[in-house]
Amino acid sequence: MDARDDGSEIGMPLLEARGIVRTYGQVVALDGCDFDVEPGEVTALIGDNGAGKSTLIKIMSGTEEMEEGQIRFMGEDVTMSSPSVARDLGIETVFQDLALCPHLDPVRNLYLGREVRKRGPLGWFGFMDNKMMREKSSDAFADLGATVRALSVPVGDMSGGQKQSVAVARAASWANKIIFLDEPTAALGVVQTQNVLDLIKRVRDKGIGVVFISHSMPEVLGVADRVQVLRRGRRVATYQAADTSLEELVGAMTGALDEEAV
Amino acid sequence: MTATREAQAEEIVADNNRGVIRSITRAQATQIVLVLLGMMVLFTIINPDAFLSVFNFRSIIVNASIFIILGVGVTFVIVTAGIDLSIGSVLVFASVMSALVMESLGTEGWAIAAVGAVVAVLAGALWGLINGFLIAKANVPAFIVTLGTMGMALGISQVITGGIDLYNVPEVLVDTVGFGDIVWQIPTLAVIALVIAVLGGILLHKTKFGLYTYALGSNMEASRRIGIRVDKQLIWVYIVSGVCAGIGGYLSLALYQQTTIAGNSLTNLAVIAGVVIGGTSLFGGVGTIFGTVIGLLIPVTLRQGFVISGVQAFWQEVVVGIFLIGAVYIDGVRRARARRSSGKNPKPMAIGGLTIGSTRKEGNSE
Ligand SMILES: Nc1ncnc2c1ncn2[C@@H]1O[C@H](COP(=O)(O)OP(=O)(O)OP(=O)(O)O)[C@@H](O)[C@H]1O
Ligand SMILES: [Mg+2]
Repeated sequence: MDARDDGSEIGMPLLEARGIVRTYGQVVALDGCDFDVEPGEVTALIGDNGAGKSTLIKIMSGTEEMEEGQIRFMGEDVTMSSPSVARDLGIETVFQDLALCPHLDPVRNLYLGREVRKRGPLGWFGFMDNKMMREKSSDAFADLGATVRALSVPVGDMSGGQKQSVAVARAASWANKIIFLDEPTAALGVVQTQNVLDLIKRVRDKGIGVVFISHSMPEVLGVADRVQVLRRGRRVATYQAADTSLEELVGAMTGALDEEAV
Repeated sequence: MTATREAQAEEIVADNNRGVIRSITRAQATQIVLVLLGMMVLFTIINPDAFLSVFNFRSIIVNASIFIILGVGVTFVIVTAGIDLSIGSVLVFASVMSALVMESLGTEGWAIAAVGAVVAVLAGALWGLINGFLIAKANVPAFIVTLGTMGMALGISQVITGGIDLYNVPEVLVDTVGFGDIVWQIPTLAVIALVIAVLGGILLHKTKFGLYTYALGSNMEASRRIGIRVDKQLIWVYIVSGVCAGIGGYLSLALYQQTTIAGNSLTNLAVIAGVVIGGTSLFGGVGTIFGTVIGLLIPVTLRQGFVISGVQAFWQEVVVGIFLIGAVYIDGVRRARARRSSGKNPKPMAIGGLTIGSTRKEGNSE
């Protein structure tokens, strides 16, 4: 195999999750689940409500612990012991609940945990370069074609779609290896949805692995390169988006296909 | 719907006047300033000679100074949606430790007074560390932890002293800080309080530390997922509160020339009330140091005004109670309005770390 610039081998997945188990009391959210993320590819992660999609993403982004299983990142075993581990690997996530601070403005939310310090002594005391962060955020929102115009209104006062745009812009700004998007278009209007889908393609074209959760099959088929299907905490199928159909995906999600096969 | 649109449009216009002015005008503190001014006008009308005297204003600010210093620390804590009930006892503990050390060194002189100051600050920081550690790492609600340390800090002070106040305070300290003026009739104590309020304000409103304090109070779980070290931040916030209480203990030694072991059982509630009247939300994420300063000036001004007007000073407690409930009512209305306009509860309700609905570490609200 040829080597890429960063030392990884071509054809090697960015991230491989194997045999992930996670239970919540009686509920088995993930039951030996596998998952793969390829660089420069959009992977749709689909499944019924409660299939375990959000749980899987939380585990792969270090915000939830797993009970069993392995995660390999660029060929090496990693322990996602905290969100900072994932962050340092270049993995960013748009959570289903967005994980925004409602009292802070979009700029603060975009830069939360990564504030740019002022140069010189003021910076040592934790003073921030607000002007710079503001300009960069403004660009990030413009990039997304987002309707986030007021940069100093608390995010909590914004519409659901605007909040979602802030969360997507944040993840897209910082991801340099993988971006997980847990239903990023759920609250968006038609135009904003298209903007997010376009952004997803742009991010992918930079070589980043994009994982996209959605319940909208047309969206999935429109943007994904591959589709991985989760059912009852397991990956039950993987398809090339070009070779699959709505019926096949729905069948895999609901289990109808298996029953036919049996 | 249209109303929120318009409000948003206004916000966008207002966007240009950001910064300090904007955050001050938005705050409940602005309304509170009007209340304070109104009170002052009223008392001036009732008894202009007494109320407008230098002596009167001097008493008001001296009496408010130590509370304001405690309030700075408590503002940080309440902004994280926490609570610190231990401050009054920590104040006593810090003053006892400081007095004991100064006594053992010979009591008099600036060098010893300086050592006493360091001891008081460290004693306060120690209790802050204990509070913060138990809240952040052991996951015990702030209300319970600080209720516990409130008893412990006072109890240990009483054990050490046998419950008898200590009177060994350096004369230089009493003369310059306790009764002294920096210039003319400006009390040293008030200047110290002002400096601490300004420093606290800069820390809370201008630095990363302050930003993370708001972030925690706004959405603890999101802060964690974003990679903020929530535990560390919480511990530091309680240390800030402890240090402020330590400084308060030292200054109360200077002011009263003795420890005040039995005199601080209601200090915590008085300070928390002032902070809340000043617009800091018990639900976290909202609050200003400026509001706290005004919120703590109100009870003192009231008391002074009542005395001057010949009204029984006991009425002050009644009026402060009304203000307190009013302030929390207004905060509640504002939160309800915010929730309606965004169609969603922004976060689980939490008061003093006693979270209703879900707990801090497992607040995955999906
Ligand atoms: N914090 C939690 N506590 C208890 N149970 C949980 C928790 N999080 C998830 N679960 C359970 O785990 C299962 C998988 O949930 P998950 O949120 O991963 O599903 P999902 O595929 O994302 O569903 P949806 O499409 O509705 O978002 C569900 O049965 C859910 O009830
Ligand atoms: Mg989900």
